[in-house]
Amino acid sequence: MRHIISLLMENEAGALSRVSGLFSARGYNIESLTVAPTEDATLSRMTIVTSGSDEVIEQIYKQLNKLIEVVAVMDLSEGEHLERELMLVKVRAVGAVREEMKRMTDIFRGCIIDVSDKTYTIELTGTGHKLESFLQAIDRSLILETVRTGASGIGRGDRILKL
Amino acid sequence: MELTGAEITIRCLQEEGAEYVFGYPGGAVLHIYDALFTQDQVKHILVRHEQAAIHAADGYARSTDKVGVALVTSGPGVTNAVTGIATAYMDSIPMVIISGQVPTYAIGEDAFQEVDTVGITRPCVKHNFLVKDVKEIANTIKKAFYLAKSGRPGPVLVDIPKDISCQKTEFSYPTSVSIRSYHPAQHSDLGQIKSAVQLLLAAKRPMIYAGGGVILADASKQLTELVRLLGFPCTNTLMGLGGYPATDKQFVGMLGMHGTYEANMGMQYCDVLLAVGARFDDRVVGNVKHFNQEKRKIIHIDIDPSSISKRVKVDLPIVGDVAHVLDDLLAELHGSKEKPDQQAIAPWWAQIKEWRGKNSLVYKNSDEIIKPQFVIEKLYEVTQGDAFITSDVGQHQMWAAQYYKFDKPRRWINSGGLGTMGFGLPAAMGVQLAHPDAHVACVTGEGSIQMCIQELSTCKQFQLPLKIIMLNNRYLGMVRQWQQFFHGNRYAESYMDALPDFVKLAEAYGHVGMRIEKPSDVEPALKEAFGRKQQLVFMDFITDQTENVFPMVQGGKGLSEVILAEDL
Repeated sequence: MRHIISLLMENEAGALSRVSGLFSARGYNIESLTVAPTEDATLSRMTIVTSGSDEVIEQIYKQLNKLIEVVAVMDLSEGEHLERELMLVKVRAVGAVREEMKRMTDIFRGCIIDVSDKTYTIELTGTGHKLESFLQAIDRSLILETVRTGASGIGRGDRILKL
Repeated sequence: MELTGAEITIRCLQEEGAEYVFGYPGGAVLHIYDALFTQDQVKHILVRHEQAAIHAADGYARSTDKVGVALVTSGPGVTNAVTGIATAYMDSIPMVIISGQVPTYAIGEDAFQEVDTVGITRPCVKHNFLVKDVKEIANTIKKAFYLAKSGRPGPVLVDIPKDISCQKTEFSYPTSVSIRSYHPAQHSDLGQIKSAVQLLLAAKRPMIYAGGGVILADASKQLTELVRLLGFPCTNTLMGLGGYPATDKQFVGMLGMHGTYEANMGMQYCDVLLAVGARFDDRVVGNVKHFNQEKRKIIHIDIDPSSISKRVKVDLPIVGDVAHVLDDLLAELHGSKEKPDQQAIAPWWAQIKEWRGKNSLVYKNSDEIIKPQFVIEKLYEVTQGDAFITSDVGQHQMWAAQYYKFDKPRRWINSGGLGTMGFGLPAAMGVQLAHPDAHVACVTGEGSIQMCIQELSTCKQFQLPLKIIMLNNRYLGMVRQWQQFFHGNRYAESYMDALPDFVKLAEAYGHVGMRIEKPSDVEPALKEAFGRKQQLVFMDFITDQTENVFPMVQGGKGLSEVILAEDL
């Protein structure tokens, strides 16, 4: 089953490699992994999307907690949560396609952030599912490149991961 | 007063009470060696290979309750040390390794003797640090010792670049340490303790299964009291031997791949299993599916939550320091109105007695040729069961575990998790330094001993009167055994040809060598060797080439599918 795990860790060189090394050494899946500093500069927050049986997820949770630099871990998928991912898509946009692309971008509540005479670059935010849907809704042959950040997650309401 | 990073490093070791540092000098640690030279509180033991430095620090740590300390240089110094570090990591041995690194300005430039030490050792340490500021050395070493010893112990490495070790700063050693992300469990939840006591008292077919965690937590006194109070059978893992006295009538022997019949059958068919500081690893429970076929309630005490329900699902987890949890369990039992009912478990003991009747460790002795088991039995008698025994890895290791009855903890020193050949001799050096007046024997084979044999030179230099008990069967015996069982007797590369004359070799290193070829000479030779209190004696026992280790639970099989010697 798919799980989305959030963790806070010391914002130190090498901390990321401890986490990624743990996943590769123990054969756990990583679907996506995002990391950036938080409002507290000493901490980084990471969101990992992974999948596995209940036993494997339990081990992942425990093994992450065991890393010395990991301060707190939360399996967001155990409760109500939100997740968002950012995608940038560069498409070929000439002739009639320009209007069609603009319309699709509006429908998916994205925005066009760069325009050239032959291309648009579209920014889109949402769940991974929504981003997939957008890619399926447009003519795939027009896609020049896509960049996705992977999911960032946060608990709903009072579910807070903080030191 | 300002001190250099190197001087601070040594002052930190002094503050931590380190008696010995095992190491080997090199370019990146020259400042640190210079600082060692000008003091005599911390004694340096010069090994002949960095792997041995780590094993020696490891043996020192295992035979005491202290943290082992090693010092190696950058690049090959570290890569040579990795086998030792991984060995200590797998067996959760508290250790601090100081490694030199190329200067900070050269890191990443493929400098001479540069290697990404933190990267290479990351998967086999509890934690590691690269010190980039001389002001951080003291605090980092303080943290390293704290991490190594607390919680589930393990090796911690501190990598110090050469320029950092010669910069100066004010020194003050921190009196305390706190790491906001690290809070090892201590006491367990009282509710869990109460539930555990209820389960234990209701058991009809109980079993206590204790591992290396009991040794590491110095909890054998509590374990022994608990086992006796309950009247239950107790088995030890390879790592746990000595945690419960082997000569006690409630001890059913070691369990696992080469465990006794009664221990393995007891594990398989018990209705309540109390696991203490053990981790249900593949060499212990064999095939998990087969193990799970029998219904039983499992209580698991361990300091590391990730050890619980990793391979075998547990009904009642108790996370905490084994000694503290056992204290809590004992207090609860003493206070409980219900008392252990020996009548209720009498049929179970009758069953165990029947299993014991199989006499699964029996072997056919010979007047002609030395049986390896016989050597260990005689070793036990001659040392009156009171020696420190280190071992290498293979058949001799299993025979030592099976036939030397360890009544005390920290007497049996072996690489259980990683299974590192070459461990025994350097580990024995660490043990002997920690216990200068004790009998220390290294049980080894002619394969294993050659993996760190250069340490005979270290033994000479530091006058370590070890007794090396080499069971020489001219085969990599355990490999040969598996090839016999599973590979149609095709002994691919498992013979040991062109062996040196070990007697002359020992003599060349300045020690005493003995070759023993007749069973009748075994005991007199051992007596003579242990009588030579000031000398290292290298004993080359020429043993039966075809002897196998029994009982044996083959890989992938269940604990009750054991092969006994009589089955073949």
